[in-house]
Amino acid sequence: MTAPFKIFGLFAMGIFMLSANILPEKAPKTLLSEYGYFSGALQNLQPAEGVFLYEVNAPLFSDYAEKSRFIYLPSDARLQYRESGAFQFPEGATIIKNFYYPLEAAHPEKGRRIVETRLLLKEVKGWKALTYIWNNEQTDATLEVAGASFPVSWIDAGGKKINLEYVVPNVNQCKGCHSYDGQFTPIGVTQKQLDRTLAGNRNQLQIFQQQGQMEGLPASFDPEKAFHLADYRQREISLDASARAYLDANCAHCHNPHGPASTSGMFLNAEETDLEHLGVGKPPVAAGRGSGNRKYGIVPGKPSESILLYRMEHTDPGIRMPELGRQLVHEEGVALIREWIHGLRG
Amino acid sequence: MFLKFCAKVMKPIFLLTVFLSLMQATVFAQSDVEKKIQTQLILAEDGETINLPAGTIEIGGTLSLDGKNNITLRGAGQDKTILTFKKQTQGAEGLKITNAQNIVLEQFTVEDSKGDLIKAQGVKGLEFRDITARWTGPPKASNGSYALYPVQCQTVRIERCTAIGASDAGIYVGQSDSVWVTACVAKNNVAGIEIENTTHAWVWKNQAFANTGGILVFDLPDLPKKQGGHVKVYDNLIGRNNFKNFAPKGNIVGKVPPGTGVMILATNDVEVYQNKIWENKTASTAIVSYFISENPIKDKQYNPYPSRVYIHDNIYSEGKRMPTWKSKLGFIFWWKFGKKVPHILYDGIENPDWKDAQGHIKPEYKICIGPNENGTFANIRADKLGLFKGKISKDKTPYDCAF
Repeated sequence: MTAPFKIFGLFAMGIFMLSANILPEKAPKTLLSEYGYFSGALQNLQPAEGVFLYEVNAPLFSDYAEKSRFIYLPSDARLQYRESGAFQFPEGATIIKNFYYPLEAAHPEKGRRIVETRLLLKEVKGWKALTYIWNNEQTDATLEVAGASFPVSWIDAGGKKINLEYVVPNVNQCKGCHSYDGQFTPIGVTQKQLDRTLAGNRNQLQIFQQQGQMEGLPASFDPEKAFHLADYRQREISLDASARAYLDANCAHCHNPHGPASTSGMFLNAEETDLEHLGVGKPPVAAGRGSGNRKYGIVPGKPSESILLYRMEHTDPGIRMPELGRQLVHEEGVALIREWIHGLRG
Repeated sequence: MFLKFCAKVMKPIFLLTVFLSLMQATVFAQSDVEKKIQTQLILAEDGETINLPAGTIEIGGTLSLDGKNNITLRGAGQDKTILTFKKQTQGAEGLKITNAQNIVLEQFTVEDSKGDLIKAQGVKGLEFRDITARWTGPPKASNGSYALYPVQCQTVRIERCTAIGASDAGIYVGQSDSVWVTACVAKNNVAGIEIENTTHAWVWKNQAFANTGGILVFDLPDLPKKQGGHVKVYDNLIGRNNFKNFAPKGNIVGKVPPGTGVMILATNDVEVYQNKIWENKTASTAIVSYFISENPIKDKQYNPYPSRVYIHDNIYSEGKRMPTWKSKLGFIFWWKFGKKVPHILYDGIENPDWKDAQGHIKPEYKICIGPNENGTFANIRADKLGLFKGKISKDKTPYDCAF
């Protein structure tokens, strides 16, 4: 880039930053640090005032990236509990999700590389998605709207070095998953994901309510009886609950009656009870070569005849599912779903 | 007032800033042109026309447009602007347009995506004009499913487009309403043009050549939009659709026998007229229920029977070729008719609930075969298992009616 352009770029950015607070719609900040979500060195991800950590029961697989999740609430604002669907967020709130790779999966103490921080900002008009890419020095992250990719590598739990071209989605791709009847929506901040027992045997939703971060949780709320997803990583829970939780977290953001994959008639959300909609004995609609010459989504007892598993086992963009955010095979997920289909009886 | 002024001035500057920051980025594997196009699609403002440059442009990931109104995406001509997805690594589709209104795509070519070439979902007011969407090289199962693929759209116009090499359907309109497909060419696809679970579709003056099946009108089970219908197929040229079926197994079009001209499956209110339908070796025009697919039906709201189908004033001509042996239907036709397969075939599977006390289908559910040039007819009288019972009837009189 030539010097005059650079100068003009800086000039324009200067004006833009000065004027940011008088724009009718808040313009996105160029650097993650400008938001002040974290205190101290940014890479430590220490939540600042108004920011708090949350955990989900069943995480989405994202090429073995690990994630830390936070919510920022403006002072005196609260989440509104909902029994189903995403909680209601006050204007000005942000969901913050950091993606990172431990340098060595077996030795988290050896450090990590944060690759990306995604923000969902609740504005007057609705939700806005932004993604920030971390620099190699891990001092800050820069806004990127059109998507990007770059190499990352780490040592996996088995001691093997994995090289991956990490892909950052563009803002449209964010909506490829974050969509409910065509409207942008959060996915994970729901009862079924957040109804979770934390350390000290306390329920996460009750903690949020007690701390004044959330309101609307009924007094009658029973964490044991409330509908929630299983933590599929804990294999002592039932196979069926684990598998359904896995499918919900990894597929149902699109594959539900109001999601982008409603066209397929295949609904994998945990609430679905119709076996046909889950894929049992269901021929594909528009799978094309994604069918792998198999006839049905799920053939009970026969994982290797089930299209669902075929698509999980492949990385070719024309075959793989999910379409976005996965380039590696999730071996543990495949094993879980294989075992589940194997145990299904027709 | 001041605020308004600032907003007006600041917005372009903001966009410019974002754009400049994009240009400065160095870590990215996307090509600059791809990045520029994707950025334009993201930042597009209401009413904007985005011009695609001339040349062959390599694209590595799905280009997407979401939530926009009144946008035109225009190339420099079908033979000048070519977006090739041959080396695609991200996303299955070539172009994806979602949740938008009044979108026009015109005058460019897209080719060789891993999945569908152009998919539009949830768009109100969609026009494809002078678009070529194709897979290069010999047609094969590893090609993507659909070349032009509007689904759950309203008011769709597809004009002067060309679709080649789709392993499912070249031009596929699914679960949509108010659709025109006209002056298009579909060849070397499994299905040339397919209208599926779609209402109010007019398909006219198109050419469907050398596909496995020329023009298909289907209603399938288990979909959010349950029922299609009110479909007109007229003035089309539908010839020599004898290409081998290269669809991956499991897909419903994988069951379409090579040599199919027009197939109407389980759809209501379909009129097929004034078409020239020639040298389709197995079934020039087939009217069938979903049972013929031999797939189980679990959707209780689904109607597997065709009704109110009216075939008239078409011009048929002989294939002088054996029907395909590579499908059960084709084999039955060959067994029963040799080279002289009748042009209009009906599977004869009737809905018992649609019959009157005398056992006749009520007039409002009838299949009508009007006058057609060379319009030989057979009811193959299959049963619900899709099995052939051997009592083929060539008597056209029960179907001598009109709508």
